[in-house]
Amino acid sequence: MWVRATRLGLWSWLGWRRGFTSKADPQGSGRVTAEVIEHLERLALVDFRSQEAVARLEKAIAFADRLRAVDTDGVEPMESVLEDRCLYLRSDSVVEGNCAEELLQNAHQVVEEYFVAPPGMCSPKWLNRLSLSELRI
Amino acid sequence: MLGRTLREVSAALKQGQITPTELCQKCLSLIKKTKFLNAYITVSEEVALKQAEESEKRYKKGRSLGDLDGIPIAVKDNFSTSGIETTCASNMLKGYVPPFNATVVQKLLDQGAVLMGKTNLDEFAMGSGSTDGAFGPVKNPWSYSKQYREKRKQKPHGENEDSDWLITGGSSGGSAAAVAAFTCFAALGSDTGGSTRNPAAHCGVVGFKPSYGLVSRHGLIPLVNSMDVPGILTRRVDDAAIVLGMLAGHDPKDSTTIQDPVKPFTLSTLTDVSKLCIGIPKEYLAPELSGEVRSFWSKAANLFESEGAKVIEVSLPHTSYSIVCYHVLCTSEVASNMARFDGLEYGHRCDITVSTEAMYAATRREGFNDVVRGRILAGNFFLLKENYENYFIKAQKVRRLIANDFVKVFNSGVDVLLTPTTLRGAAPYLEFIKEDNRTRSAQDDIFTQAVNMAGLPAVSVPVALSNQGLPIGLQFIGRAFCDQQLLKIAKWFEKQVQFPVTQLQELMDDGSSISEIDKLASVSLKH
Repeated sequence: MWVRATRLGLWSWLGWRRGFTSKADPQGSGRVTAEVIEHLERLALVDFRSQEAVARLEKAIAFADRLRAVDTDGVEPMESVLEDRCLYLRSDSVVEGNCAEELLQNAHQVVEEYFVAPPGMCSPKWLNRLSLSELRI
Repeated sequence: MLGRTLREVSAALKQGQITPTELCQKCLSLIKKTKFLNAYITVSEEVALKQAEESEKRYKKGRSLGDLDGIPIAVKDNFSTSGIETTCASNMLKGYVPPFNATVVQKLLDQGAVLMGKTNLDEFAMGSGSTDGAFGPVKNPWSYSKQYREKRKQKPHGENEDSDWLITGGSSGGSAAAVAAFTCFAALGSDTGGSTRNPAAHCGVVGFKPSYGLVSRHGLIPLVNSMDVPGILTRRVDDAAIVLGMLAGHDPKDSTTIQDPVKPFTLSTLTDVSKLCIGIPKEYLAPELSGEVRSFWSKAANLFESEGAKVIEVSLPHTSYSIVCYHVLCTSEVASNMARFDGLEYGHRCDITVSTEAMYAATRREGFNDVVRGRILAGNFFLLKENYENYFIKAQKVRRLIANDFVKVFNSGVDVLLTPTTLRGAAPYLEFIKEDNRTRSAQDDIFTQAVNMAGLPAVSVPVALSNQGLPIGLQFIGRAFCDQQLLKIAKWFEKQVQFPVTQLQELMDDGSSISEIDKLASVSLKH
């Protein structure tokens, strides 16, 4: 089973590669390689279903590249417009809560007071790096 | 009655000219008549009638809660409302019923406002047309106005009269349409890049964006934490001021609200503008700006000058980079904020059970539309270790430059900036969808989003009708936390321009509401 999984993994990776390096997007920066796509898919848990999504990302990057033209030497990054003020901290006392039942009502799969999640990626089956495409069984 | 301003109808309620229940029922019936606009996702009929009943009891006892008691309002569907479905126009949250009210919603309800329903928007407030939601696009009420239709008759049009309907702008299009179609007296929107002001300009209503930190964001499903603010849409500047007075102030549940005390205020009338200094940013004279908007902008500047105000040209040098900067910061914050939607605790959940990651991935694929997914992916790209410095940090630095531009201008003695709100009037839907969401947002947010980056207050005031009979709005930008002064100036301007009322005669009850507006004088405005 392990060997089969490995072969599958390699295959689909090659498939992705072939798909994306054959077309050169004139507007793209060429930065969106197959590795980047796979990495982003795993981070974002949102997939690129199509060439269109990749093209869209490349356009977004090209658009963002325009920032390079701005001279920001000596400029501090701005995280919030309220940076000159202190944030308010409440006192550490419990004033609300006890609403487990209400909160559980919005979940699809619940067992007693637990949210039910499928098994995580920690079993031996998943030891190899599988791309998201394999996970769509 | 429905065509009146909030202040007028509040006076009418106090004087017993109409009861809250009657008012509520009129609005509900108009909502049903205007269903084709698709402004509402959820109409909370039972809740509204119950609230109206309670308001009526209070009025009978002479114990009304204030100016908002019994007034029908609508709330954009990205504000949490207890017991009422909150979807953000996304499949991800279809069926999600929050267990709490957003602070701003709670404040309105505490004042006795009657919640008519949740309004339509672009999915997760991403967009500038209110066309990309899971419940379909919102139609601009002006597509059906007498003014627009008369102009259209002069041009040949297709057999299907409804195929050329106009967009409302976005992303708070539903709220703007609800107010413009007289189905409520005020509506809450959200403003991250212009999402309240843009549809306000296209729908001919007032769209107010408060200073960042003035109004609580608790319960507003976040898009960009450092730029989001709740917005207010009304038909008059005065009404927006009334609502702001109820909403502004520190909220212990939102640590980004400032702690300075805010007292409810009555907007005094400005009679003398000669001490004002109006700034006209030269970089806002974009080549894509339509001739008509440009001419209204110019006329507005001349109006101030003729009344004695000082009108000067100012410079905001980094304006051309603000869209790009916004694009990077927005997608990055979105990537983070959308991570909470995994299907486990709330919202949509797919059927896959093979692994957590597979479940999350499929849930998010099924729940989000292309626009949202595209932004999440772009945001994650900019936040990668190798890109963080060059994109995210760089954008934050550019943000500071943009914010500083405004500070410099205001420090040089300018009280308020006057700019267009949009490039042109509302576009027909079929034309709007020819370009993708990101392109449209980049085009349409050009005058509005630099304000969000600097956290300043701004308001779009409808000015006049274009040659096509469509509303055009102009924007005033004020100093941080000088919202009251900004609204005072906007109120003065509104009085000068006398923007015409939308003539939606086929929608109104017997057209009687139009003639009632002429009876303004008969309603005494004593409190």
